[in-house]
Amino acid sequence: MTGSVTSRRTVLAGLAALVGGTAVGCGTSGPSTGASGGGGKGSASVWIISGVTEKAFQNSFDSWNSAHSDQRIGVQSFANDPYKQKIRTAVGAGQSPTLIYGWGGGVLNSYVQAGSVDDLSDLAADPQLKGRFLPSIAKAGTVGGKTYALPNNGVKPVMVYYNKDLFAKIGAQPPASWGELMALVPKFKKAGTAPFTVSGQAKWPLLPWLSYLMDRIGGPGVLNDILANKPDAWSNPAVTQANEMIQQLVKADGFVKGFASISTDSGADIALLYTGKAAMSLGLPATYQTIQTADPKFISDGKLGYFPFPTVEGGKGDPANVAGNPSNFWSISASASAAEKAAARAYIKSDLLNAQYAADLLSVGNVPPVANLDAQLAKASDPEYFKAIYELASKAPNFALSLDQALSPQQGDSVLTALQQIFLGEISPKKFASTMNATISA
Amino acid sequence: MSVLPTDNPAARRRGSGASGLFAVPALLMFVVFALVPLAGAVVLSFTHWDGLGAITWQGLSNWTRVLHDPLTGNALLLTVKIMVVSWVVQTPISLLLGVFTAGTQRYRAVLAALYFVPLLLSSAAVAIAFKALLDPNFGIGGAPGLHALAQNWLGDPDLVLYVVIFVIAWQFVPFHTLLYQAAVRQIPDSLYEAATIDGAGRLQQFWYITLPQLRNTVITSSTLMITGSLTYFDVVFVLTAGGPGNSTRLLPVDMYLTGFQANDMGDASVLAVILVVIGLALAFVLTRFSGFSRMRSEQEGL
Repeated sequence: MTGSVTSRRTVLAGLAALVGGTAVGCGTSGPSTGASGGGGKGSASVWIISGVTEKAFQNSFDSWNSAHSDQRIGVQSFANDPYKQKIRTAVGAGQSPTLIYGWGGGVLNSYVQAGSVDDLSDLAADPQLKGRFLPSIAKAGTVGGKTYALPNNGVKPVMVYYNKDLFAKIGAQPPASWGELMALVPKFKKAGTAPFTVSGQAKWPLLPWLSYLMDRIGGPGVLNDILANKPDAWSNPAVTQANEMIQQLVKADGFVKGFASISTDSGADIALLYTGKAAMSLGLPATYQTIQTADPKFISDGKLGYFPFPTVEGGKGDPANVAGNPSNFWSISASASAAEKAAARAYIKSDLLNAQYAADLLSVGNVPPVANLDAQLAKASDPEYFKAIYELASKAPNFALSLDQALSPQQGDSVLTALQQIFLGEISPKKFASTMNATISA
Repeated sequence: MSVLPTDNPAARRRGSGASGLFAVPALLMFVVFALVPLAGAVVLSFTHWDGLGAITWQGLSNWTRVLHDPLTGNALLLTVKIMVVSWVVQTPISLLLGVFTAGTQRYRAVLAALYFVPLLLSSAAVAIAFKALLDPNFGIGGAPGLHALAQNWLGDPDLVLYVVIFVIAWQFVPFHTLLYQAAVRQIPDSLYEAATIDGAGRLQQFWYITLPQLRNTVITSSTLMITGSLTYFDVVFVLTAGGPGNSTRLLPVDMYLTGFQANDMGDASVLAVILVVIGLALAFVLTRFSGFSRMRSEQEGL
């Protein structure tokens, strides 16, 4: 018995020493306001996403922290998918960091409904901030006319990327309309290349096809009706026609054989583009970044081309409209203390997407959503490409957020599956409409 | 804490085993990590909760909706299919492999070691590896001479379930082989010696000695396979995420997607409770009617 008591005491002493040691270690690593990591009580905190843009975020917070020792913001970094899981639980439990990194759309909407994030309309109207962001991008951070999120990352419009060699081989030009695109399909087939590559396995790469076609045929109103949960909004003829056109393209072998088995894990979809097996790919700027990592020579030799999504004959939508991910956003947690909120607001006001931050984003291939960027773009590594992205985003009368993000999580889940079934020919456009209408709750 | 009638001296004298206190740590773990969450799921199944806002009481509406949802029927059907086909595929292979590797020859030991490799890999790693292998352009079909393997493995709604069953079998056959191997080695040599003297051939020995002696192992292995097939989640989720369409949206996958992608904890809890009930019912039926609980020896009279 005595033995066990002693050993327990030893263990406790050891634990105390450990805890003490850690505390001391922490204390010496930073100024007395402390919490260099997680952002302890009383100091604002933020979680950022690891990956290419991590450095830009880290630099921005580092420079803020060194200039404002009284309003430090503790930074922690997470990988994308774990972050998404963690943040929802944290927000639900009122334990989220002061600054909440988000994607806008349905998730932002649910935060707003639950009263988890602060109204930032006054901040957005602040003269210091007002002119900083591109209007089409800033709009994606609003819910019901009020601003709840401000852009913090590069713009991600979806374009068609193409292999210039394969186009030259059959003497083709980038198609400007859907009719021209469909006419190219048999020509590419005859030359032994697949017209389009797409990862049908991952589901989400299929979404821009529907977004763009819906918009080109019926204009932004189609999606807005859906987002407003209007009854039978999915029965809009524009949705049905878009799905019919997708199925026609699939039937004409517009997509590479076995596309439904191709995953995005190791970039197998985009690999087909730069290895000359498929001519085109409809995708986010990540397409460019993937190629730049996997085969930089393909880009430096000028073999990669890009063009905006073609128009649809007789369609009502503005051909300058864009689909994709406008940006990522900062929201401020409603459960943060007044001091934490003040620090977060002060940071946003003075440092969010300032010149250095914008330059950092640009250096890793992300075009920041800030106004008057032309001079900086001219100095970028591939000015022509970055300009194309910037013009696409800045001139877009409407920038539609990816369907899975824009919709409520429940509808997002349904649309991913239903659209995949459209691509596989498992369901008809009519069935698609009725399946999706059933997800609308009045 | 008096779970077992330990206070009864008669029971103790009868030699019913050690004090019931020995069960306390396990019981405590079971209550905290199994029963409490289970009760939580049952309560949640009558509510609406998106993981963020307030939890609101819904009565039976989640249940009626989920039970009328064709997706649930589809998930149940797929789960039954995967259960039956997995059993039919895995049992004979593991049994034969187990008998084969029970031999003491050196080459068999080497082969046995090779067969057991999948057992050492994590499910996620297995799924990611197969996903890469099954890629129609850069997978195994891209290797010279193997172009016939470049199929739409994970994209064909009719084929994908069998691909999933294959990957699961690849992963779990070694485990069941191990069970059978151990069981075969337990069979006394005297039985075979007697049979040889009686003039029984190899096939007859297998049929009349090995197989009957493995009866309890078959039941154990089948119970594990059948109840285990209710929890096939990781491999399926990483490999197909329930797709294409809903072709591999098994009950556990459906539950996960409903809960964590659609953020509908109420409906997901209904599915969870259904899963628990089916799992318990299956385990009960299997142990009750297979004679597993009686566990009578197959070596009576030896």
